[in-house]
Amino acid sequence: MLEVMGLGKTYGEGERATRAIADVSFKVDEGEFVCVVGPSGCGKTTLLRCMSGLLQPSAGRVLLDGRQIDGPPEQVGFVFQEYSRSLLPWMSVRENIALPLRHKRLTKNERARHVEEAVGSVGLTGFIDHYPWELSGGMQQRVAIARALAYQPEILLMDEPFASVDAQTRADLEDLVLRVRTAYGVTVLFVTHDIDEAVYLGDRVIVLTSAPTQVHEILEVDLPEPRDQVETKELPEFTHMRAHIFRAIKRRQPAETAT
Amino acid sequence: MTRTLGWAQTWAGVVVVLALAELASRTEVLPSRYFPPISQTFLTLVGQLGRGSFWAAVGHTLEGWALGLGFAALLAIPVGVAIGTSRLRYRACRVLIEFLRPIPSVALIPLAILIYGVGLESKVFLATFAAFWPLMIQTLYGMQDIDPVAVDTARVFGLRRSERLTKVVLPSAVPYVATGLRISSTVALILAVTAELVIGSAGLGREINAARAGGATELMYALTIVTGLIGWGLNGLFTRAERRVLRWHPSQRTVEGGAL
Repeated sequence: MLEVMGLGKTYGEGERATRAIADVSFKVDEGEFVCVVGPSGCGKTTLLRCMSGLLQPSAGRVLLDGRQIDGPPEQVGFVFQEYSRSLLPWMSVRENIALPLRHKRLTKNERARHVEEAVGSVGLTGFIDHYPWELSGGMQQRVAIARALAYQPEILLMDEPFASVDAQTRADLEDLVLRVRTAYGVTVLFVTHDIDEAVYLGDRVIVLTSAPTQVHEILEVDLPEPRDQVETKELPEFTHMRAHIFRAIKRRQPAETAT
Repeated sequence: MTRTLGWAQTWAGVVVVLALAELASRTEVLPSRYFPPISQTFLTLVGQLGRGSFWAAVGHTLEGWALGLGFAALLAIPVGVAIGTSRLRYRACRVLIEFLRPIPSVALIPLAILIYGVGLESKVFLATFAAFWPLMIQTLYGMQDIDPVAVDTARVFGLRRSERLTKVVLPSAVPYVATGLRISSTVALILAVTAELVIGSAGLGREINAARAGGATELMYALTIVTGLIGWGLNGLFTRAERRVLRWHPSQRTVEGGAL
């Protein structure tokens, strides 16, 4: 349903031009959960911004259901890494989630139902009339996920959504995403720099090179469903796959920029 | 207990200064001809409270303040939004702003008299001009400090340009506008009283001048104190309103956000 064809992005012009993305192509099928990993600074966010229509690519194109994206499409929901800046502090949880629904053809009751269902699905029913800043970071990111879900997207783009929450919250949120993905039947493209997270969540993992970015490898993740934080991560297949990706990313990274 | 203590500390300074002033006048350390005992000034002030002419003067001053601040807000906020939302417009207007802003409003008094005479219009014109700048500049800053993530969020969720303005850009500029209003309020009051003093428009400023000319030194001081109290009160009003409107803003939050 989502197709990235020969996508390239160069910032600036002339001698000072930086080539962020060289040439990236891949496909995401309906209902799939695809993770994108790569070394830090490899243009993952740029890629996602091009896919969401926020940024115009310099080369290539992005097709959604066969149609080229030239602005933010209605079928795309987005979850930003910076949840505290992405949620509007002067609006309650309810208002934040209802805001994107203004242009959906919905009655007042349907709109309220969408909002309440989404809040319920991320387990925040009791906090619907709170303000985002009254909630913890993990809860705020759940609100952002609920907002994207209530928007009823066909595809959910997530930009390192759990990069700034603590490890325990992160594990909870990963399982939450897997749950709502099934509940809402939504396709997910999940960008992360965390290899464990990518393998744990994804049906497929796309491994990127450092900038100028290319696709290094695309891996099928053949781990049993449902995933479990303890059991899945104990499996030899899991360990093997994460080691494989780790080597791929490490080896291609120049020594001086390795962190 | 601590609260009473804090209150006592706040007012102790005032009481000490008043007592010293009283003592200085009574002992003629300060000549009482120019510095009448503060107690007499307050008695005069209390006496004024029962007079219609006093309240009329207060009303005239507040009228000039309100109209000046009102016109300034009507002009400054839209202009600030318009200039602040476009880099092209900002560049085109920058030099003009840098030139006009430093003009002291009192330097426009002759112009005001020439065009508007010595009545209310002159006072309002001066107050508007002076109050326009802080508010416009604050609005401009507000426009330039919009979080790009918030704007991206609005774009990605399909909000139209006009909705991005009303739902995201303007609300996030409110803290700046509120500060601008508070500063402009003070400035508008200063210019209203200045116009009354210098041009002789009706209001407290003119009464202060009249008291001086008539040798009523206590009255002069009493009215001066009143202008100070008005400024203080208005500032308090704006601070209070700000706290209500900006409940969500980090500077006003009473509830701390949870740990991470």
